Amino acid sequence: MNTLTLASAWIDSPSKLILGALTGLAFGFLLQRGSVTRFSTIVDQLRLKDFTVLKVMLTAIVVGGIGIYAMRAFGMDIPLHIKGTKVLGVVLGGGIFGIGMAILGYCPGTVIAAVGDGSRHAWFGILGMFVGAIAYTQTYPLIKDPILSKGDLGKITLASELGWPPLLVFVPLGLGAIVFFLTLKKWDRSSGTLDW
Amino acid sequence: MKRTRWSPYLAGALLGVLSWITFATMHKALGVSTTPVRIVSGVERAIAPQAAAENAYVTKYAGTAQEPKPIIEWQFALVAMLAPGAFIGAKFFGNEQRDPEYVPELWSKRFGPSRALRYTGALIGGAILIYGARMAGGCTSGHALSGGMQLSISGWIFMAAFFIAGVPTALFLYGTERTPTNTSAQADTDKGAH
Repeated sequence: MNTLTLASAWIDSPSKLILGALTGLAFGFLLQRGSVTRFSTIVDQLRLKDFTVLKVMLTAIVVGGIGIYAMRAFGMDIPLHIKGTKVLGVVLGGGIFGIGMAILGYCPGTVIAAVGDGSRHAWFGILGMFVGAIAYTQTYPLIKDPILSKGDLGKITLASELGWPPLLVFVPLGLGAIVFFLTLKKWDRSSGTLDW
Repeated sequence: MKRTRWSPYLAGALLGVLSWITFATMHKALGVSTTPVRIVSGVERAIAPQAAAENAYVTKYAGTAQEPKPIIEWQFALVAMLAPGAFIGAKFFGNEQRDPEYVPELWSKRFGPSRALRYTGALIGGAILIYGARMAGGCTSGHALSGGMQLSISGWIFMAAFFIAGVPTALFLYGTERTPTNTSAQADTDKGAH
């Protein structure tokens, strides 16, 4: 195998790497600016004391989704990346993920970004993610049939199941988010936490 | 009145805009948790090609020794730049002087100031986290953010599942007491804001 093919076995094209790197730089920056690179922010979301995580996530979902589906509605060529709904795997995996997130105090993206925000213990979380990755790849053949192939509903969305145009789904979703945020604002004030 | 952190709504909205850009110009969705398994799969492909070729999960991400898939790709580069991005945010946009965090205060109040114990906890938590993410097929980025905005039902089920399990776990581990103000997000805001 010559050097060129050896390199291509490991490294993708430079243009893709540069785009990925720029995306990661912006992503990490915004996670830090949103304060979700802090252990206390994540843990206090799970303790229901501080709703910063949900504020960031729901705003990103509504703004991101409206833009993506609007661009598609205008005929732009924007492929979707919808993950299949495999009920047992998503429910069980999501539950395990929630337990890990409570112990670590970060999720996979924020634990890596947290290293840049001064968190030293986050390094051990990253190390742990590699342990988890090894455990998962090695146990995959064991859980494939009993867990991962159960309840596969395919690539369904709220729009496909309601039979609505995707943008219409964002009307109740967006209004729901706004009502939720206003309720939080009231609650933040009365509990004396952040007055966002 | 000066705030050193941004409104979570602003940070969230800009994450949404970042997704427009990746979807429209790169044909990619934000995601993180595939990268650890892709790296591990690439290593297995290199050191144990026979075993790697027999594991459908490893070949899905790394291919085989004969037909390899690149390991250092778009998401790898994204993941590698998360910490530098956060560093820029903390160093040049946050005015607060932050000490390095070895043991978070919420943790030390319950489990003591031992660094070794916290590091062990972080390691175990990280392992559980990625195992769950891969079983579910994504994490907070790929499932919750990218999936949620595409209205994918798997993304919304994932969010519900991790909250339903994460809330009682966090309450059990850290209790219900208020966070000490000097470590909470409140410390990031000017006192005059209240």
